[in-house]
Amino acid sequence: MVEMSGAEALVETLKREGVRVIFGIIGGAIMPVYDVLRDSGIRHVLVRHEQCAAHAADGYARALGRPGVCMATSGPGATNLVTGIATAYMDSSPVIAITGQVNRRSSNTAYMIGRDAFQEADIIGITTPITKYNYQLTSVSEVPRVVKEAFYIATTGRPGPVLLDFPKDIQTERAEVEFPGKVEIRGYKPVTNPHPLQVKKAVDALLEAERPVILAGGGVILSNATPELLKVAEFLMAPVVTTFMGKGAIPENHPLSLGCIGMHGSRAANSVILDADVLLAVGTRFGDRSTGTLDTFCRDAKIIHIDIDSAEIGKNVDVDIPIVADAKKALRALYEVLASRAEKRGETAWFRRVKELKEQYEELLESRDEKLKPPRLLRELRKIIPVDSIVTTEVGQNQMWASLYFKTYKPRTFISSGGLGTMGFGFPAAIGAKTARPDRFVVDIAGDGSFRMTEQELATSVIEDIPVTVVILNNSTLGMVAQWQRLFFDERYVAVDLKGIPDFVKLAEAYGAQGVRVGSLKEFVKAVKEAMRLDVTTVIDVPIPPEENVLPMVPPGKSLKEMIE
Amino acid sequence: MTTNEEQTHIIAAIVEHKPGVLYRVSNMFRRRNFNIESISVGPIEPRDLARMTITVRGDEKVVEQMIKQLAKLIDVVKVSRLHPENTVSRELALIKVYSPDTRARSDIINYVNIFRASIVDVSTDSMIIEITGDSDKLDAFIELMKPFGVKEIARTGITALSRGAKSIKIL
Repeated sequence: MVEMSGAEALVETLKREGVRVIFGIIGGAIMPVYDVLRDSGIRHVLVRHEQCAAHAADGYARALGRPGVCMATSGPGATNLVTGIATAYMDSSPVIAITGQVNRRSSNTAYMIGRDAFQEADIIGITTPITKYNYQLTSVSEVPRVVKEAFYIATTGRPGPVLLDFPKDIQTERAEVEFPGKVEIRGYKPVTNPHPLQVKKAVDALLEAERPVILAGGGVILSNATPELLKVAEFLMAPVVTTFMGKGAIPENHPLSLGCIGMHGSRAANSVILDADVLLAVGTRFGDRSTGTLDTFCRDAKIIHIDIDSAEIGKNVDVDIPIVADAKKALRALYEVLASRAEKRGETAWFRRVKELKEQYEELLESRDEKLKPPRLLRELRKIIPVDSIVTTEVGQNQMWASLYFKTYKPRTFISSGGLGTMGFGFPAAIGAKTARPDRFVVDIAGDGSFRMTEQELATSVIEDIPVTVVILNNSTLGMVAQWQRLFFDERYVAVDLKGIPDFVKLAEAYGAQGVRVGSLKEFVKAVKEAMRLDVTTVIDVPIPPEENVLPMVPPGKSLKEMIE
Repeated sequence: MTTNEEQTHIIAAIVEHKPGVLYRVSNMFRRRNFNIESISVGPIEPRDLARMTITVRGDEKVVEQMIKQLAKLIDVVKVSRLHPENTVSRELALIKVYSPDTRARSDIINYVNIFRASIVDVSTDSMIIEITGDSDKLDAFIELMKPFGVKEIARTGITALSRGAKSIKIL
């Protein structure tokens, strides 16, 4: 037992949990915590809007595989975190959000919480549906236990954000505290080991399969299961398609990799998954953007579904063989049983078919080449930046072009808001990723509309010396919406023209960053190389034709079969 | 046993007995677009736990999802589905009914006796009846009271236990 203030107990527990950096903005109700943080040795990155604190913590977590921490004051500070927390929740990212809260007690009133005090917001009520769990601290003595539980919940099972709401009086109050060694929550016992009988059933099905397909979701990346995934795929000679969140689960230059399925998936992936007789789905929730209409999705295939969240099994797609487990452990168990019962497969007819499709598809991608259009540009980008560079994206056309044309070779090097689809995510997430991995080149593939939503973080990037490069595919349009208006609303454009303001080169310069506008592929390559060499915050503005569509595309409410070319 | 028909199901959940848990449970039901017909909550032993009895309508698939989503909540320690044929379920109602004259009063007393209900309060022109039973019994009794003029009804919602030695193991 040792006597300390609530704020001291919080910071001490953060240190014990290995926290090295916090993204945040200070304000009245969190000042005592910042006062302790000042000399704690934990780095604080002052962002310019709380939403970006949450996105940066999220990017940090996704790049590193460790929890990211963000902090804000009560009321508006806390509510500004909300979009970032919801983004992390949808993509199962371990983010710890710490918010100040108004006093519970004060000298002249018994309670302030609940009395609509200045900068009071019910952040527990607001974030309950978008957090894995949340806590409001009620005493100093419980601080170490609660904070430790928060990290445990955020990082185990299916990861997700956890919010800690910290009333100001508890930050300053002093009490005897004890730091628990382990966590015990009776209502929370994630299952991580696969059931041997289910594994056996899955192996039976896979060994009988003529046309096995593996669908890898974000869960494969979250559990660092890429080596295990490759072993199973190579043993079965089964093609691997991924969801958008699973991009990077298999190197996209691997002979068995066919890219992403879904609305903007590759033709090869969408066609192969519908031909499967056995589908091994790992760490995916079968989101609607991935599956197309459910009544046409793998209806005749036997489906094996591995997921650590049992509520995901049977939620969207009926499953034949459920396996509730950690992806890494389940795939390892699958491989062991497979290898003990059969020989590694050779080049089956199915594999030859897959290879053929893959080649056809690559050819199609090549033939789309034109000057300074996103497909070619993104393939050039891939060629010049190191393999382990981290790419984040904004949301919209830029994101789907990146999904289709920017090949990812390593897990945790492609970071994007897949579930919530948060415009403005990519830039602050890139700042978070660069903070986590200062040795890597980090680039945000952006659209002009999305970048505008969080562009003020140029200040953070420059002042905190967290250099990232932003490539703006600038069509001066809310491009994905314009594409839908073009394709599904008889070209009735409304509210999509961004009129070419601001000048992004001047904007970058105003913040003390490098700004460069490029007019050709050659200039683009030069600008990226320059950004890599200088390692300073760089904005590369690439004007692209405004009427460019992201193709192929499965129209909303259609089957993966029905792709527009 | 898979059926696509909408039916009433009873779910029992052992939850942490602390502030905010009812909100988390009811909010999850709202967010996932599940409908709660009734919910009753009370502390059990040990005292830091409570039992929720939730009745819901839905087909098999929906109920299965509800149970999984409930079990996923950190504050829910255990969830169990109670099958109607193996379950004792009870509900309590308090019914305030007009009884302006002796004729009405004696008729009501007759019904009260038949239904093994009891009269817990009497004033000059109304009385309060307490009745316990399964929900159908309560519905039937309320129907009978309607002609007299029902002023107010308070129902607890269903609470239930499975029959026999079987019980929900907490840990």
